Amino acid sequence: MPVAATRAGTDPTPGLKETHSAEHAGERSQNDSVLLRVEKLRTRFHTKNGLVRAVNGVSFSIGPGEVVGIVGESGCGKSVTALSILGLIRPPGEIVSGRVLFEGQDLVGASSGTLRRIRGKEIAMIFQNPLSSLNPVLTIGFQIQEAILEHDRIGRRAARERALDLLQRVGIPEAERRLHQYPHQFSGGMAQRAMIAMALANRPKLLIADEPTTALDVTIQAQIIRLLHRLSGELGMAVLFITHNMGLVAENCHQTLVMYAGKIAESGATDDLFARPLHPYTQALLACVPEVKGERHDLIPLEGFPPDLTVESRGCAFEPRCAQRFDRCPIEDPEPRDAEPGHAVRCHLY
Amino acid sequence: MIAGPEPLLEVQDVVKVFDLPHRGFFGAARRLRALAGVSLDIYAEETLGLVGESGCGKTTLGRIIVRLETATEGRVLFRGRDVRARSGTTNSADRRSIQMVFQDATGSLNPRRRVRDIVSLPVRAGGVVAPGLVDDHVSQVLEEVGLPSELGGRYPGQLSGGQQQRVALARAIALEPAVLVADEPLSALDVSVQAQILRLLERIRERRHLAMLFVSHDLAVVRYLCDRVAVMYLGRIVESGPVDEVFDHPRHPYTVALLSAVPSTRQRTDVPIELAGEVPSAADIPPGCPFHPRCWKAQDKCRAVLPQLDSLNGARVACHFPE
Repeated sequence: MPVAATRAGTDPTPGLKETHSAEHAGERSQNDSVLLRVEKLRTRFHTKNGLVRAVNGVSFSIGPGEVVGIVGESGCGKSVTALSILGLIRPPGEIVSGRVLFEGQDLVGASSGTLRRIRGKEIAMIFQNPLSSLNPVLTIGFQIQEAILEHDRIGRRAARERALDLLQRVGIPEAERRLHQYPHQFSGGMAQRAMIAMALANRPKLLIADEPTTALDVTIQAQIIRLLHRLSGELGMAVLFITHNMGLVAENCHQTLVMYAGKIAESGATDDLFARPLHPYTQALLACVPEVKGERHDLIPLEGFPPDLTVESRGCAFEPRCAQRFDRCPIEDPEPRDAEPGHAVRCHLY
Repeated sequence: MIAGPEPLLEVQDVVKVFDLPHRGFFGAARRLRALAGVSLDIYAEETLGLVGESGCGKTTLGRIIVRLETATEGRVLFRGRDVRARSGTTNSADRRSIQMVFQDATGSLNPRRRVRDIVSLPVRAGGVVAPGLVDDHVSQVLEEVGLPSELGGRYPGQLSGGQQQRVALARAIALEPAVLVADEPLSALDVSVQAQILRLLERIRERRHLAMLFVSHDLAVVRYLCDRVAVMYLGRIVESGPVDEVFDHPRHPYTVALLSAVPSTRQRTDVPIELAGEVPSAADIPPGCPFHPRCWKAQDKCRAVLPQLDSLNGARVACHFPE
């Protein structure tokens, strides 16, 4: 059912970046609260081609209500990082070392009971293709109620009421009727809204959104992003936003992590990072994407391919493709260091 | 940009209707109008971008141009001759003059054939060069798309996504076409690979003086690559014109909203516009202006009268109340 359009500018809901207090956006001091802290996480997969070091020493933290973006190309380890946080790595994959501290509790090696209590309640996740995350033979209403009842001892009727309320909150028109429909009766955008409703069922403190709008058209993408903005603000929910789209990160995240070959190449407050990209990989990523607005710039394609992660490199993983490499780069892997306060980069140039 | 007075390719009032299954045993037949009267011209050496969201009909139009689909009404002319005419009025050179690259390179390549065979088969069948010269011709084309000669012996499954798209491109240009229809050729690729293929398309276009219809939902890529752009919504062109003109001064509210929705790494200066609702089904197109249910400027006239595509300061726009 089409609804009249609104100018978003007249909407009183402020944007995601603005709702968040400045203290989390910059460098976080020891006293600031941390919701999730990932420390030196290493996840690898045993494959027939060898050991794939998918996540190779990743550290970052997310404050309550903060929106953090991980950006990078296919195979850089951004999705594996998310799955590792939720303890969803199954053989042949394994978390080799590191810690995932959620409100101080280490989730690496936590019992399956603990993880089940946290997954879907404290930390929820949505994926790129909502229709493949939904069960095709159960109604949307049933699936949302199931998510509620998994963590909450309330009656069927109360669960149904809450499911209805959730569908309305995520902007699904005629929610009452939609509750009884099956996933195939939903468009991609509506199915993603339903997934978000399900993820929010237990008011999680952290939502992991893995390419949530990649399969959607731009006008629908804008709707979903705006919805996430609003909900994050209303619920004080932190979001870990995983995408390959630099523009989406620039517009929506407080903090940005740029991943390459299983490591964080650069991280910092989004505005700083996009105003002064330091790592040659970040610079190259920005230079190879055309802009829709303003002056046209020449595209400088990033030649070559990401490295084979079964081969452990001695030097910097980006060195073979780097235009600014020098003699130290193939020999020694740079450690991350703060080039500016709160703006860390893993590169010998700094 | 516009090399000659006559367009190379003319699309004239093309309508495409798909019949849908009946709803129930006694239900009425349903028809989906994918294209509701589309006209456009492509001149020699020009790249026209065709943009719009899923289901707007842009892919169907591309497929009609290369004759993978048949138009229900209207016609497509290449150098003034109907592309659907049987041999006698068109020759085989005409028919292979329009080639296509698809979004899904993997799906468009035969997995059981080696790269070299994939590219040489249409060359032989079309008689592009004398049989003795086919191998040289294929080697040359593979080099042109940046594929090392040793990859010629590989199967598509052994190649990366970017390399597969290069093979698809090689197969298309090996037939020496005058027009290339590229349907979302970049959207399945990573950004760094996208840039490589984009630069390759530019090089090939210049070297071969190709005209191109570039079908895409990626407005940034269209701005970079195209000379002119046509914006489609529910089977109609709602705005068209030189790409800088349309993108810098969009007149149709849909174009305004579409451009506003593209996330950018640059500081935004505009007020973002969020369109409410989704694109209605092409089986159930709203009366009047098809965009009116989502348009913030809609008036009574928009609900009743279908706006025609009229000229406005060098562009064309189908709106009763253009910006």
